[in-house]
Amino acid sequence: MKTDNKYFSDTSSLTTGACYHCGLPCEETSVSHADKQFCCSGCKIAFEILSENDLCQYYRLNDTPGLAPGESQSDQRFAYLDDETVLTKVIQFRNDTLSKATLFIPQIHCSSCIWLLENLQRLNDGVLSVKVDFLRKEAFITWDHAKTSLREIVALLSAIGYEPQISLESLDSKKSENSNKDLYIKIGISGFCFGNIMLLSLPEYFDFGHTLSPAFQQFFRYLNILLSLPVLFYGASGYLKSAYKALKRRAVNIDVPLSIGIITLFSRSLYEIIGGSGAGYMDSFAGLIFLLLIGKIFQKKTYDTLSFERDYKSFFPVSVTRRDENGETSIPLSKLAVGDRIIVRNQELIPADAILRGGNGYIDYSFVTGETDAQARTPGDHIFAGGRQDGGAIELEIIKEVSQSYLTRLWNNDAFKAIQDSPLTNFANTISKYFTAAILLIAFAAFFYWYPQDVALAINAFTAVLIIACPCALALSTPFTLGSVMRIFGKAGLYLKNTQVIEILAKIDRIVFDKTGTLTRPQQSRLNFVSLNGLPELTEGYKSFVKTLAKQSTHPLSQALYHHLGSAECEIIEAFEETAGRGISGAVEGHIVKLGSRSFIDLQDGHQNGAAAAPEVFVSIDGTPKGYFQIHNPFRRGLEKMMAILRKTYQLTLLSGDIDRERQHLQPLFGSGADLKFQQSPQEKLDYIKDRQSAGEMVMMIGDGLNDAGALKQSNAGITVTENLNSFSPACDAILDAGSFSRLTGFLKFSGTAMTIIKLNFVISLLYNLVGLSFAVTGMLSPLICAILMPLSSISVIAFATSATTLLARRQGFIAGNPAPATTAFNNGGISK
Amino acid sequence: MSVMFLLIIASLLFAGSFLVAFLWAVKSGQFDDKYTPSVRILFDDTVEKGSKGTPPAPETNKPTT
Repeated sequence: MKTDNKYFSDTSSLTTGACYHCGLPCEETSVSHADKQFCCSGCKIAFEILSENDLCQYYRLNDTPGLAPGESQSDQRFAYLDDETVLTKVIQFRNDTLSKATLFIPQIHCSSCIWLLENLQRLNDGVLSVKVDFLRKEAFITWDHAKTSLREIVALLSAIGYEPQISLESLDSKKSENSNKDLYIKIGISGFCFGNIMLLSLPEYFDFGHTLSPAFQQFFRYLNILLSLPVLFYGASGYLKSAYKALKRRAVNIDVPLSIGIITLFSRSLYEIIGGSGAGYMDSFAGLIFLLLIGKIFQKKTYDTLSFERDYKSFFPVSVTRRDENGETSIPLSKLAVGDRIIVRNQELIPADAILRGGNGYIDYSFVTGETDAQARTPGDHIFAGGRQDGGAIELEIIKEVSQSYLTRLWNNDAFKAIQDSPLTNFANTISKYFTAAILLIAFAAFFYWYPQDVALAINAFTAVLIIACPCALALSTPFTLGSVMRIFGKAGLYLKNTQVIEILAKIDRIVFDKTGTLTRPQQSRLNFVSLNGLPELTEGYKSFVKTLAKQSTHPLSQALYHHLGSAECEIIEAFEETAGRGISGAVEGHIVKLGSRSFIDLQDGHQNGAAAAPEVFVSIDGTPKGYFQIHNPFRRGLEKMMAILRKTYQLTLLSGDIDRERQHLQPLFGSGADLKFQQSPQEKLDYIKDRQSAGEMVMMIGDGLNDAGALKQSNAGITVTENLNSFSPACDAILDAGSFSRLTGFLKFSGTAMTIIKLNFVISLLYNLVGLSFAVTGMLSPLICAILMPLSSISVIAFATSATTLLARRQGFIAGNPAPATTAFNNGGISK
Repeated sequence: MSVMFLLIIASLLFAGSFLVAFLWAVKSGQFDDKYTPSVRILFDDTVEKGSKGTPPAPETNKPTT
């Protein structure tokens, strides 16, 4: 938890004694060493390791650059890295002496991190080199496997606060090569050819006095053909292939009319040059491809550190501790079989459905079901996968395979199997159908009009129409508009998987919300004390008793009490006892204090029946019931205002895994007619969305946990809300920074604006086409007019797309004036310090 | 004037050499990470010896009780 706080706590922590290593406030548990304060032993150990190896420059690059390594845990948890099957998956390259691997280290956040990690060889001489990719938060490590092992390296990294995240998912799929490389090369080659063709065409255009000798003219023209070949066969290959694929499926996408234009442009130029009748349009051709490719890369904004494709595998541990007759061994999760006995320690995940065999289970399912209360389990009980043990170690017997468990079965649903072959529903593709038909109609009309008089002129007019009407403006306006919008959204805290999401956002009919973690902030509960039967408010002294007692328990409600009671703590606590599922008791400074459910403190009179509006913790001191604490999960800031706006335009639904104790608070937010569904299982959430979609609605789902994973996937646009961009988020179409939650209305509205810009752009390009066509149908299209008109229309469309988007974004408050909260989360600690 | 043929070929080849350099740069991964090298270049190469625990503590540090 400490690591998470680092990302979001503001610098106010520095006002108290701050840890020299990580900057967190030093509490009474702090340790000091070499005149320096450390908040925990983990930070001290990290400092010691660094100072012993002359690596204190780490602290000079940035103040308190470290992240608390957390409680020191047994090194046994990395034992799975000795397993050969795991090793072969992690290690990318191995020869007789060297091994190489790329590790994902989400803690990388400042220049000190880069410096320290790249000097790792000074901490372990088996490490040969480390190269950090800051944006991807990855470290590429080369080591001598005779001297050290991956396990030792990972243990070392963990000790200094940089524990790599090795998940099942990253083991199962090798990272795809950076596909931008291919695009860069295409742009490089096309740009080179375009520039040279342009130069070689100039003499032809400015040859007003006809002084260019035929030998030069031929030479220039043939060089142009030569230079345009790579543009056609390499640069434009993506468009031609896409058009071919679409036609094979008997569909028309934007690439079809585009390819018709490209091919006509090229072949007519070839015909003119070889036949000696003209100079061709090679410059327009190469320029068009070059601009299209630029548009492609502009649209391809990617967020390196964010993953939109995670499934449960990246949430689950890589290894589990198995107990058998030989004692405890750490095995990779993939080897876990039905019937195995495993040990799950405090804060570890339960990887598969199991039966509790030993110890007291206290399972926190908040991430899976959205329920906030942890549940007690006793030996013999059934435990579902995905819960987190909160308390001592427990022993479990596995009854289902990992992939067949209650939670993970969701991923066997069709929603996850459907190959994401986009059904060509975007605006450009829809319009292409009519566009292509119209062009072909005009082209043939021109052809048959001229045919009786002059065959050559007829062919001329026919090809000229196809060339000039090539929808390059349309093909350019979409990527440039949506690409800009994607960047603007990214700065404002909404990270989109691709530009297609914007078009979907503009068409949404219904918005479905999850509750816990989406509408409410789980970490920021609010307390209020309700005293019983006119008893006075708890005195400060009593409050500190409660705080002291609550500290002893890891139950979320106890933790909430501990963190939110501002009283001092008492020293002495005796006879602490925790009754799972009921409450805790203990003697604080001689007073018997009990915290727990109504029945736990023997409170008889039922002053309130039915479900309470918020979780309640009853307090009794020395056997006298005093009252109870209500622990509210507050709604996110600005929620009411946002929902009031959304209510007008969209149909709203709530799907919560929690019980319906907050219905009366939520109903007014959603509007009186809205569907509020509680106690929804992950499958039910998915089914609800499917049901709405079959009724013809476009559904947007906003959720956060694994329990929403199915619904997020099934919905037309699934948005994950996350407090920490580096933490797990289920597969989705967009990731929303929790700090930007209240701007959701703005994002939706601006998506609509973006679509209007694209449509306006289409009108502009149509006007250009009309001018061009009036030349074309007469068969009088000269290369010069083509060379002016085509780039002019393309450039003006690009200029309009980007400037209109930026301008409107500024007017709607997306740029400037509003500091983007997301960037702080990304670059916390400030690389620019 | 026929020297122009030679010049144009030469200029194309010369420009082509820049294209080759660009392709090499892309293929050798120089465009993979556009951020970290800008930070890396600012680090000192020299190892700071005898710096154990000497860096000045940040001013905001106050002793705790």
